[in-house]
Amino acid sequence: MDKTVIEYIANLSRIDLSEEEKVFFIHQLSNIISYIEKLNRLNTEDIEPMSHAIISSNVFRGDEPVVSILREEALSNAPSKIGFFVKVPKVID
Amino acid sequence: MEYEVVVGLETHAELSTITKLFCGCSTKFGAEPNSQVCPVCLGMPGVLPVMNKKAFESAMKVALALNCTINKFTNFDRKSYYYPDLPKNYQISQNYYNLGVDGYMNIDVNGTIKKVRIHNVHLEEEAGKLIHPEEVGANYSLVDFNRAGVPLLEIVSQPDMRSTDEVESYMQTLRKILLYTEVSDCKMQEGSLRFEASISLREKGTEKLGNRVEIKNLNSMKSVIKGMEYEAKRQAELLDRGETIARETRLWDEVNERSERMRSKEEAQDYRYFPEPDLLPVLIDEKWMSEIKSTIPELPFDRRQRFMEVFKLSDYDASCLTEEKVLADFFEYCLSISDRPKAFCNWIINDLLREAKDRKLDIYNLPIKPKQLAALVETIERGIISSTIAKEVFSEMILTGKDPQKIIEEKKLVQINDEGFIESVIDKMIASNPNVVEDYKKGKKNALAFLIGQVMKETKGKANPKLVNELLVKKVGG
Repeated sequence: MDKTVIEYIANLSRIDLSEEEKVFFIHQLSNIISYIEKLNRLNTEDIEPMSHAIISSNVFRGDEPVVSILREEALSNAPSKIGFFVKVPKVID
Repeated sequence: MEYEVVVGLETHAELSTITKLFCGCSTKFGAEPNSQVCPVCLGMPGVLPVMNKKAFESAMKVALALNCTINKFTNFDRKSYYYPDLPKNYQISQNYYNLGVDGYMNIDVNGTIKKVRIHNVHLEEEAGKLIHPEEVGANYSLVDFNRAGVPLLEIVSQPDMRSTDEVESYMQTLRKILLYTEVSDCKMQEGSLRFEASISLREKGTEKLGNRVEIKNLNSMKSVIKGMEYEAKRQAELLDRGETIARETRLWDEVNERSERMRSKEEAQDYRYFPEPDLLPVLIDEKWMSEIKSTIPELPFDRRQRFMEVFKLSDYDASCLTEEKVLADFFEYCLSISDRPKAFCNWIINDLLREAKDRKLDIYNLPIKPKQLAALVETIERGIISSTIAKEVFSEMILTGKDPQKIIEEKKLVQINDEGFIESVIDKMIASNPNVVEDYKKGKKNALAFLIGQVMKETKGKANPKLVNELLVKKVGG
């Protein structure tokens, strides 16, 4: 874990980090990773990766409509809006 | 240098379910912004997505129709990226165990059959819709989440296409399959069907694939073809100058007919896929698979081949009839009543289709039913009415929905086959047009057509034209 990795992750996450924060996060994330890395001591050869903790499958719902929530309610958490649209900073493409 | 263009297509089709993939919100197109949303599709914390069975089965149906191997174990993954149209900051998609893999689709390229391999077919959720205001200098975009969570099918082809004709045929064939299997309305103008092309060039005769460029924002099949031609030309020019092709994503600009590099994608994509813990895996057994398989109708490609072989129709006729499932169904319904394939084909693709188009109706919603069309065709074939009169009967049928027999009776349109009567009319016409008869005898062949016309006019089109012709020639001398 170094500065390049932290900057890369910050960019993917669309957050700006100050130089102090970068140092702080390098330290924190390194600790987390080395903790998780203990798992590498386990021999997982020939073991299918687990995709779910619950041993169950095929849970479906029918294609039946349910009343949506009110628009006022739906938009109540939007930091900015115009009419019934959510307003966001300009995005290109 | 001479190059070969190599194209693969990614196709997105919105499935026409009533509700979204993971919640019960309506998928209806054109509703007021943000009126078809709920905590699940808005990505609120603590909600649980539950899969729409109809959507899953529609996806399986297409995977089977495209000859894919169905993964007996399939599950869903989170594809993470940050974009304002994606409320959860990840899209639920499939990455590790796609629903269908290693399929193929046969396409007809100017009479030659080509097999295009399908890499995979998988199910995912749609993103919301971004609206970019047109006002100059606007520094914002608007988001409508009605579309977020609509089931979306992705079909990824192998880079097996080599020309615009092949790409065109692939798109048309795939569209028809999606329509025949009734999983999507395929309305490109509403975004229900979208294509993205991956294009690369290589020196003719070589094997190694060149660097590929992805083209997005292709809003119609025409744009796909134009975008492809533009890109092939652009790459050829770069290669001729000794430059290398950068692996990148470009956006098609429909107005200016050119593509531009997508600035926001300069960073390598890093989707950090991992299994979606909120959804359980799906296990597919043989029984379920064959149930779904049994709902797949005969597909357009096979149906067209059968129409050509069994009913001896031309490639053009068979293609027209199988263009839409309802047309082909109508045709076969008629055939179940009487065995006159060519006559039905002509009436359907010329007259019925024109009327349907004029009235903006589905062929089944026209007042003429297969039984009535079959009756009309029978009256012509049996010589009860002429084909000219038949057109008149048809116009009446389309207006009133009456049976042809009834119209013929009411309007007294039965063809006149009485030779004595026809001869008397011919005599009358010869007597009143001596100059024309003279012209004909001098060798002016089209004078005969005039006389036939006069006889037909006199009999209000009811005389059997073949008989009129025969008798007239006999009278004035051949």
